[in-house]
Amino acid sequence: MIQSKKSIDELKEISKNTRRLILETLAEAKSGHPGGSLSAVELLVALYYVVMRHDPKNPQWLGRDRFILSKGHAAPLLYSVLAQQGYFPIDQLKTLRKINSMLQGHPDTKKTPGVEMCAGSEGVGLSVAIGEALAGKMDKKDYRLYVMMGDGEMEEGQIWEAAMCASKYRLDNITAIVDRNGIQQDGLTEQIMPIEPLSAKWKAFNWNVIEVDGYDFEQILRAFEKAKQIRNKPTVIIAHTTKGKGVEFMEWSPEYHGKVPDKKTVESIVKQLK
Amino acid sequence: MLSVDEMGHILEKPKMSSMRDAYGETLARLGEEIKELVVVGADTTGSIKTSIFGEKFPERFFNVGIAEQNLVSVAAGLAMAGKVAFASTYAVFAPGKCVDQMRNAIAYPEVNMKLVASHAGISVGPDGASHQELEDLATMRAIPNMKVVVPSDPTSTARLVEILARTRGPFYMRIARPNCPIIYTPEQATKNINLGKVTVLREGSDASILACGLLVYEALLAAKKLASEDSLSVAVYDMHTIKPLDADAVVKTAKATGAVVTAEEHNIMGGLGGAVAEVLSERYPVMMRRVGTMDTFGESGEQAELMVKYGLTANNIANRVLELRGANQR
Repeated sequence: MIQSKKSIDELKEISKNTRRLILETLAEAKSGHPGGSLSAVELLVALYYVVMRHDPKNPQWLGRDRFILSKGHAAPLLYSVLAQQGYFPIDQLKTLRKINSMLQGHPDTKKTPGVEMCAGSEGVGLSVAIGEALAGKMDKKDYRLYVMMGDGEMEEGQIWEAAMCASKYRLDNITAIVDRNGIQQDGLTEQIMPIEPLSAKWKAFNWNVIEVDGYDFEQILRAFEKAKQIRNKPTVIIAHTTKGKGVEFMEWSPEYHGKVPDKKTVESIVKQLK
Repeated sequence: MLSVDEMGHILEKPKMSSMRDAYGETLARLGEEIKELVVVGADTTGSIKTSIFGEKFPERFFNVGIAEQNLVSVAAGLAMAGKVAFASTYAVFAPGKCVDQMRNAIAYPEVNMKLVASHAGISVGPDGASHQELEDLATMRAIPNMKVVVPSDPTSTARLVEILARTRGPFYMRIARPNCPIIYTPEQATKNINLGKVTVLREGSDASILACGLLVYEALLAAKKLASEDSLSVAVYDMHTIKPLDADAVVKTAKATGAVVTAEEHNIMGGLGGAVAEVLSERYPVMMRRVGTMDTFGESGEQAELMVKYGLTANNIANRVLELRGANQR
């Protein structure tokens, strides 16, 4: 199924609703990772509502584009988008992280329709995408791989093993996205383990690099479209984002990487969401 | 069961060959029949002989360089997209460097990926302790959904590779570097090597030796020695499937003999010896002895010297059997 094109205003409205779902879901779960879920909302909304070819009624469709959430701790974001798309009922969101739930704390392919990889251990998703991209080329299928990584995840050695490998095999069917929100669990990435110059690193590994404002839909959509046109090279989109985006006291706060506000606080935040 | 007569000839003057050659040749043969078969390597493809497959099917063969975490994860991705994916390098590196990926990206979602690691154990020889993997069975066995197999000769290697290729789900298989005695004919292997079932090489009433890998041959020599020198009737089982362990067969032989010795080219902790002890302690406790490396690293040396120094020999197995019988009589 090809998604009908949405206007930018519609995408903004969907993003606002997604933020609300993430916050309510986390408040109900009482634990989880709000900061890195809120930072990447627009990127996922763009992928699932405009860019990717997929069918919520047939999650295993062989011709689908595949989205791998390598930064698995942003599961509330993925689940909120999948639920709105109809992969499973929205009321399942309130079972997140609870016993017997289909929604595990980190994504589980066997339990949740639409989840493409059991992620949670950082640094692995890009390699898995390479395997699927190689298979796609081998089978002469035109599906694409989208992999979202965290910026803290750039510190994992395996990322660079994979970066070399994807350019060796000229995997132009991979678009990687780095959610460059600047914060990891212990603090600022540039204090914990500097990853800059990030763009130059990926270029040095022979990737096509595009930098975007992670909240500007026009830039985001143009970047994904450009990535589809590039031949013989994988593309990485470095999206400049804000950890905890949309909730004033969470923005730029390492504390809210893995801390969840209570239900009452969430009720008042949700009213103020723009 | 294979009759003692059938087995007799191999103990006199065995033909020698390598598990690695059998592995590479079997992949190349299966590649014809199984179009979805793909192989991923990490700069050790010549040594492990997966290059035989690579020469025949270059479009289904990938070399990711010296990058073991990427090796197994790329193979996982290939499997998730419908391929039957084999990944191989030396056992110290994979699973050694990628237990996390084997656990989270492969076993947890039950991906149809097979890690076949070569050069396991101290038989790798002069390269020394850094290259002598003695913990892999313990780490892989403890991961849910992961099946673990250890062939004992080139023929059973070929048979087990075919079983892996045709059985869905994640597997870990370990093979050894050196040339080793050929125990089975292809027909015997096809008939007698089955996943999750022990292969009975000798039945016995006085003691049971449960062995895997290169130690199966040593176990056969030990049983022969015990028969001729001590008039003991000793069972020998090839425990090629470490997981799922054939627990019923283990209990049955323990009941029949009351004395069980395990033998493996692995730390005595957590491998075959550990698996057998877990079963027997719950279902039919008997005295056991575990032959393996005694929670120590290896060192450089020739294979034969190392096997003697670290007690991985027919003599040591036979002595453990005698010791156990002595203990049981006290």
